[in-house]
Amino acid sequence: MSSAGDEAADGWQPSERARARTAFRRAQRRRALLVAGVATALVVAAVGYVVVTAPGWERAREAFFSPERAWEVLPQVAEGLWLNLRVWAVASGVGLVVGMLIAVVRTSRLPVLFPLRLLSVAYVDVFRGVPLLLVLLLVGFGLPALRLTWLPVSAAFLGGLAIVLTYTAFLAELFRAGIESVHPSQVAAARSLGLTRGQTVRRVVLPQAVRNVAAPVASMLVSLQKDSGLISILGAVDAIRAAQIATTGDYNFTPYVVAGLLFLVISIPLTRVVDAWSARQGWRGQLRGVAGAGVVR
Amino acid sequence: MRAPGGVTGAPLLSLRGVRKSFGTGAALNVVLDGVDLDVEQGSCVVVVGSSGSGKSTLLRVVDLLEDVDDGQVLLDGEDVADPWVDADAVRARLAMVFQQYNLFPHLRVLDNVTLAPRVVHGRRRAEAEDAAMAVLERVGLADVARAYPDQLSGGQQQRAAIARALVNGPELLLLDEVTSALDPELVGEVLDLLLSLRADGVAGGPTTMLVATHEMGFAREVADEVVFLHAGRVHERGTPGQVLDDPQRERTRDFLRRLR
Repeated sequence: MSSAGDEAADGWQPSERARARTAFRRAQRRRALLVAGVATALVVAAVGYVVVTAPGWERAREAFFSPERAWEVLPQVAEGLWLNLRVWAVASGVGLVVGMLIAVVRTSRLPVLFPLRLLSVAYVDVFRGVPLLLVLLLVGFGLPALRLTWLPVSAAFLGGLAIVLTYTAFLAELFRAGIESVHPSQVAAARSLGLTRGQTVRRVVLPQAVRNVAAPVASMLVSLQKDSGLISILGAVDAIRAAQIATTGDYNFTPYVVAGLLFLVISIPLTRVVDAWSARQGWRGQLRGVAGAGVVR
Repeated sequence: MRAPGGVTGAPLLSLRGVRKSFGTGAALNVVLDGVDLDVEQGSCVVVVGSSGSGKSTLLRVVDLLEDVDDGQVLLDGEDVADPWVDADAVRARLAMVFQQYNLFPHLRVLDNVTLAPRVVHGRRRAEAEDAAMAVLERVGLADVARAYPDQLSGGQQQRAAIARALVNGPELLLLDEVTSALDPELVGEVLDLLLSLRADGVAGGPTTMLVATHEMGFAREVADEVVFLHAGRVHERGTPGQVLDDPQRERTRDFLRRLR
């Protein structure tokens, strides 16, 4: 929209009336900003006041927010975080690929794939329904009990495996929702051009399906990043476990806060990057006008 | 509802020098470039013009779905384009029927029709449903009131959308190419309905209408005034007989010739 106030490309000059409207809208925006600023300041001040005036604040500050202790434990916790990041990267990669495959198999109507379809339904049902903590314990302590010599039994591997098992099930469901959100007319158009079922899925359905669910998939991956901290219960020395070790002896819990901050340092930029990416993806061509659909202005 | 003619005695709707553009710089697209238009209480004005001439934008501007760059949208003499006017209250006095019906797919036909009476106008459910059933009866859809929109034909959906628009007794009904998305054999039922609404009105008095359409036969029958829109301006205006049968300007003649 061309804004009143400056001359438009076709030489149009806004009238007095248009200028007054623009000024009014500007004043409204300024007022909205002011309200937002004041509201934020009030909330922050109220929370700060409650915390600082709490009877235990002095001791809590020492036990949770000791700068010296934080600086001391930073290297150990950061090293633990490196393990979290590796688990996250591998688990995301495996989860995305396998989850996508399961989704394709589940939505496929090929008779040959029927047994696989049954299997994937059972798999998704089980691993979506069992708490991640339970999967971790069963995999972490159950699999080594089988004494399979070819199976790595490091806590990091088993923990990662448990996380992959659970998250793949959720990712598969997300991708399935994405596939089902593609309008049947798209399939009809692709088939009418002579594309096979496989070509239709790969060239037409999946690109749209992925775009439709990019945002929830990304938030699933952020969630995976922080849940990678759960492998600490199997004894793998990740950021959380490293922090726990550092707290033993002096009952100073600052290392936990350090670990929490480190997780935030990773996940907040990650979320922003993904948001920016999916916003930029948008719809191309004739449907571009639809972008932002559902946003009530 | 306000008294017919309004407090000022002015036309129900007046557009004065309305400008609306999209984009800036090289991508600037001036869709409406100083449009003047009056719709008298109880009359029907039909806007014609080639696609992209700004018919839909004109209707959306009147319904306050678009902000204008400049100019006035006077409803009963009050300039509703001013941003300090309560736009929701203005929209509640108007009603629009869209080219693609825009029914709410998650609601039954009856609930589509009762949504605004209940949520906007604060009517009780039973009362709203009685009123809705009366309007659905009028448009011939009483027997499918419990169906969902996707179970209806295009013509039925558009008639349901018309019922949804009429149930609040709007002061002005905006019809935006309401038959363009319909199969040819379904166009008739919708246009017949609109003609009969035009003739009888709904709740006393004829319904005031501002219509954008490609159906010249319909325009001829329903219009008190036909307005030919070209390049964002009113290029020619007059009775249907004047504009459609004896156009004075070259562009209008071109347009009508291409339709044949």
